[in-house]
This record gives sequence, structure tokens and C-alpha cells, in this order.
Amino acid sequence: MGRVEPVAVLGIGMHPWGKWGKNFVEYGLVAANAALKDAGLTWSDIEFISGADTIRNGYPGFIAGATFAQALGWNGTRVSSCYAACASGAQALANARAQILAGLCDVALVIGADTTPKGFFAPVGGDRKDDPDWLRFHLMGATNPAYFALYARRRMALYGDTHADFAMVKVKNSRHGLANEFARYRKEVSVEEVLASPVVADPLRLLEICATSDGAAALVVTSLDFARKHSGLSGAVKVAGISTVTPSFPNTVIEMPNFSTDSAVTHEISGPTFRDSIAWAAYEEAGIGPQDVDLAEVYDLSSALELDWYENIGLCKPGEGARLIRDGDTQIGGKIPVNPSGGLSCFGEAIPAQALAQVCEMVTQLRGNATGRQVDGAKVAVSANQGLFGHGSSVVVTK
Amino acid sequence: MLCLMEIAKNAVVAIEGWFDPSPSNPALLGTQCTECSTFYFPREELFCKNPRCSSTSFDQVRLSSRGTIWSFTDAQYQPPPPYVSGDPFEPFALVAVELEREKMVVMGQAAHGYQVDDLSVGMAVELVVETLYEDENNSYLIWRWKPDGASKTSKQAP
Repeated sequence: MGRVEPVAVLGIGMHPWGKWGKNFVEYGLVAANAALKDAGLTWSDIEFISGADTIRNGYPGFIAGATFAQALGWNGTRVSSCYAACASGAQALANARAQILAGLCDVALVIGADTTPKGFFAPVGGDRKDDPDWLRFHLMGATNPAYFALYARRRMALYGDTHADFAMVKVKNSRHGLANEFARYRKEVSVEEVLASPVVADPLRLLEICATSDGAAALVVTSLDFARKHSGLSGAVKVAGISTVTPSFPNTVIEMPNFSTDSAVTHEISGPTFRDSIAWAAYEEAGIGPQDVDLAEVYDLSSALELDWYENIGLCKPGEGARLIRDGDTQIGGKIPVNPSGGLSCFGEAIPAQALAQVCEMVTQLRGNATGRQVDGAKVAVSANQGLFGHGSSVVVTK
Repeated sequence: MLCLMEIAKNAVVAIEGWFDPSPSNPALLGTQCTECSTFYFPREELFCKNPRCSSTSFDQVRLSSRGTIWSFTDAQYQPPPPYVSGDPFEPFALVAVELEREKMVVMGQAAHGYQVDDLSVGMAVELVVETLYEDENNSYLIWRWKPDGASKTSKQAP
């Protein structure tokens, strides 16, 4: 791909995560208006609205871009809506960036919002024997945490990671989230408390698995020219790279919602896994590498998965993830802080909003506004995330 | 394995065409590309997923019925529908199994009575067919993976 021209982030906005029981549109409006205010713009300045869809809120969720455009007041603004599971937010941002870089617009609003049910995510209803997501529940009772647990147990067998290593990730993130006004869980926990919580999917315990949450996040992104004219650019954080990669065949790591991996009989397996490839595409666009990164926001769907991400995004070699958490490298004040926002551990997951929330945190950090959780001198940040059915998601932001 | 009540019921596969439930010789039913030899489970019959191959021709194959555990876990909480849980819910183990010939990993539940303490990465397992759930008339069969020659530690063996 090579390097790609950046776009500016002029505004960020969020609705606090929680279980508020309201319509997702209400959350999205709060986030959108906060992002517009932060940018010093109004809805009438927006030339393109990009919605990240939710599949659990009926038709308005399937066409989220139009739903938010109507809620803000129809004004003819061009629209797109997209769904890429957990990666939807990054995809919506990529759509907005493409419009800007193509010269089709200068100012875009990106919004993701969700209202979630209680408990495990379940597949869409009906009797759908041609849908692997439905079938994995029906035939195996394989919930999302079951897949996270397979990865965790694999780490224990391959690298000697321990229950305490995984628990330390939760402890770190719970500490990070204390000062985040948008986080749902703001309570410090100890290793002992984590290990005393009930096992959900061995070896993962209740406090190590991310909850499902309501929440919303929005961004105002613009061309560099617009940002320069509007605000003098000097302060604007830039989106320097976005990855929306799919896997490469053969994908040899079992992934939700599949029953099997690809068969690798035609290939020598040695290349990077799908998760390994995700951030690198964003690094390449930004012209940077993991050694340049000051902080990372990664998708800690489980405590153990955060350790996988350390390796996947190049913060350390395969098998060394646990050493980073043991040495305190990934806490704020450490060598490379990870999830200074508190991560999914403190937020729970609001699917279409989550990848955008990662960007909001990175922008807050690079602006130096992360009171109580600031990573000193942060100039480059990377997010990483993976959506069901092969959606990579990674965003690099720079000062 | 089946209690008397179950024998009176009609045993049917929980999903048509995914496995051969024959008690003496059970197997997962997949396909194999006639051009590049890539295996598929569940069956692929339309277009080869190997991007360097554009075959539309597939042989029906029985997958290896033995493999080794790639990783494993369990369900301590009742999964939501469409999983059909017994009452009371009984936790079960899940395994991801590496098949050597097919160079792929296939998931499934562990055989009834086997819990995570009975399993380890690299352990040999074999395919078995057991009852997944029942309704008034039928018992629905599913493939499961059973540790090869291992003894189960569980207190809740059938």
C-alpha cells in the first residue's frame, strides 16, 4: 500500500458507557454533538456522515448513517452506513477518510452507537442452519468467551503463561480506567479478587471477560487543508493510517464463529497470523513501526487476549507478552502503556462505537488532555481490534 | 451410553450431512478440492477458497477421526439459545482438534463426562457420536471428541 496522506481529527465525542436502557440513537446524538462542539463546527458544516451499524436495534441500526442524519436533521448530507462487527467503527472512519482523500468532501462526521442486551451475545434469531454464527451456538454451545478461552489456554500450554499473568492485565486496566469519566467500571481490583471470580470459560474468569455495554463515540475528521484554515492545524491530531485488512489464506487460527480453520495442505505455514497482520497495514500507511509507538489501545475482549495483542502489534516477540505485564511495561508510566483508557475491561463492548472510542482515547492522549491517566509526551498511538468474520481494524494517530 | 428412555426415541443427526453418525465408524463429512487438494469442513461445494485456485470441483471426503488437542476450554455458564440446554444445565468442555492429514483445526464438544481437568494441549482424541439434546420424539446426535485411552476424572460421568 505504501504511505497514505493523513486526515485531521478536529473533534471527538463520547457518551458514557453503561447499561442505560435507552435507544442507541440518543447515545449517538450525545457523542455527535460533543464531537461537533469539540471541533468548533455545527451539523450544517458536515459534508459527509459515516455511520457504524448495529445489528441489535432493528432497521434503524442497519442504516445507522441515515438514522443519525435524520436525528440531527435532514439536510441533504451524503451518507454511508457500514457493518464490520467489532471493526465497524474503523471501517466507518476509513469510509470518511476515503471521501476526504478523494477530494469529494472536506469535513465528515463518523458515529457509532449501540444498545446491548444483557449477558452473552447471542446470534440473530430464527432457525438459520446456513449461518455459522447461529450453528456454533446450536451445535457446540460455543459462546464468544469460549473462543477467547481457547487462545488463553493455548498461551498457557505454549508459553507457560499463568492465571496470575492474565489477572494482572485486568488489575492494570482497572487502575487505568479509574480516571476515565466515560468508563463503565471504575473500580480497582486485585489479583486475588480476579482469581476469586467464577470461571466462565476455563481458564478465563468473570472479571477477565469483557461485558456488553451501551455507548457511543463520534469523530469529526477533515482534510488537512480544512483543518489548517479552520484551526491553524498546529494542534490537530492526525489519522495517519487505517487498517481494514481481511485474513490471508490459509487462516490457521480458529476464529469466531467458525467450526474449523482453513486447511493448509497447499501451503507451508510460517507467515504471520491474521491478528499479526492487522496493525502492520496501518503502520505501513503511516510510515512508522511499533518502535515509534508511545501508547496502544488494543481489544482486550479477555485479559489473556491483551497479551496476544502485545505480540500481534509488535510490542514484543511471540511468547513475551506475559513478561511485559509482569515487568509493568504496559502500565501508565511503563515503557509502552497499553489501554490507558482502561480498555474493554473498564468499558465493556459497545460494538460499533468501540473502535471509535479507541481513537477518541488516542486523540485525548496526544492532545495531553487525559487527566489522571496521561501518557507523558505521547506523540504516536496505535489501536488494534478484530471483527467477527475476518475484519481487521487498526488506526494510527500522530501529533 | 444411551439410557432406556433414549432408545425409545428416534435418533437423528442434529445437522444433516455434516457427519456420519454410524456408531462403529463415525466421521465428519467434508469435501476436498479436486485441483489443489484443500480440505473443507463444513463442506465447500461452490468455489475453492484457496485464492490461487479457481476450482469448482470437489470430492466428498470423510475427515480423519483422530487428532490432537490444539486447545480446549469449557462452558461453566449456560449458553444462550439456539443452544438447547438440559435442566439443570450441565457444564461441558470444548476442544479444538488438529487433524494432521487435513492440516486444519476442527472444533467440537468433548465427549460427555470429560471436563477440562481430563484434557491437555497435544492430547490424542477420537471422534465419537453422542446425544446433543432431545425433544419428545427425537434424540439429536452430534459429533464429539473423546480423549484416546484417557480416564475421566469427572464425578458426573454418565
